[in-house]
Amino acid sequence: MNVQTIVNELNLSVKCLSDRLGAEVTGGYVGDLLSDVMANSAAGHLWITRQTHQNIIAVASLKDHAAIIIVQGAGPDADTLEKATDEGIPVLVSPLHAFELAGKIYAVLNR
Amino acid sequence: MHPRALVQALVTKGIDIAAITDHNASENIIHVMRAARDTSLAIIAGMEVTTREEAHVLGLFENLENVQRFQKIVYKRLPDTADGVQDCENQPIVNEREEVEGFNMHPLFNATDMPLNEVTDYIHHFGGIAIASHIDRSFFSVMSQLGVVPKEARFDGLEISSSLGIAGGRRWFPELADYPFISSSDAHSLEDVGSSCTRMHLESPCFEEIRLALSRQGGRYILE
Repeated sequence: MNVQTIVNELNLSVKCLSDRLGAEVTGGYVGDLLSDVMANSAAGHLWITRQTHQNIIAVASLKDHAAIIIVQGAGPDADTLEKATDEGIPVLVSPLHAFELAGKIYAVLNR
Repeated sequence: MHPRALVQALVTKGIDIAAITDHNASENIIHVMRAARDTSLAIIAGMEVTTREEAHVLGLFENLENVQRFQKIVYKRLPDTADGVQDCENQPIVNEREEVEGFNMHPLFNATDMPLNEVTDYIHHFGGIAIASHIDRSFFSVMSQLGVVPKEARFDGLEISSSLGIAGGRRWFPELADYPFISSSDAHSLEDVGSSCTRMHLESPCFEEIRLALSRQGGRYILE
């Protein structure tokens, strides 16, 4: 299952790289502490977070995440989107909060 | 930043005292001190530590020896390089002759596993001043991570970022009126040097005078 499928299923808003959503999704991780996400997430994960600052791109790039999904309709900062485009990390937004979003994505991935 | 270029930028901006506060590191401080030797610029040895909660805390120390003792603790409490490895080529140690002496191989971008109060306790234990970094920032600040400035952390001062400034900080945080506020450039590159500073009434530009100004003793104070 790739990022585009998740975007469609969860009706996510795509903030950048809408033509580069073909990455394979291996799972997901929910976290707002960057050090935790760096230690415990894996390549191909969808990273679900409330953080919107540009440092999330460095983390997603380092860990080779499939995409970042920001919750609660929070807007990625302008410099975050700039970095995301440079690094090739799609940034998506959902109006849901993390618990609900993660639950729905988990269900889709495990269908 | 190259020590000589940094010193030059500080002198050009009319700064009298600058604290060097690299993230979780301190090896570059001696080189900046040496580069500043022929100027009247005072260099304070410091460090910006990332707590377990991912809040940034500034430690300012009386001398290099104290920050180096603190550094030993910080290195022990950073994760093993195996987790969250980032480019150590981005962490050079540059001397005052602009020669790269080596690279810091610790994961400086990471958080230590020390909770906030432990970090401030250690800073105080080594005779330092503990300041909560950029409390107005929506990430990596005590306010963003905890929602409050805990009294138990015993901060000696709170830093407001250059974009808001001390006056703005006083408007935003009336509940923190009892704390001294400072503002700094938090410069990570030369063009940011001197973008903000704190004006203090001191007898001389040194660590002990800063401590007096923060606690408003002996006629030393921070100009707001």
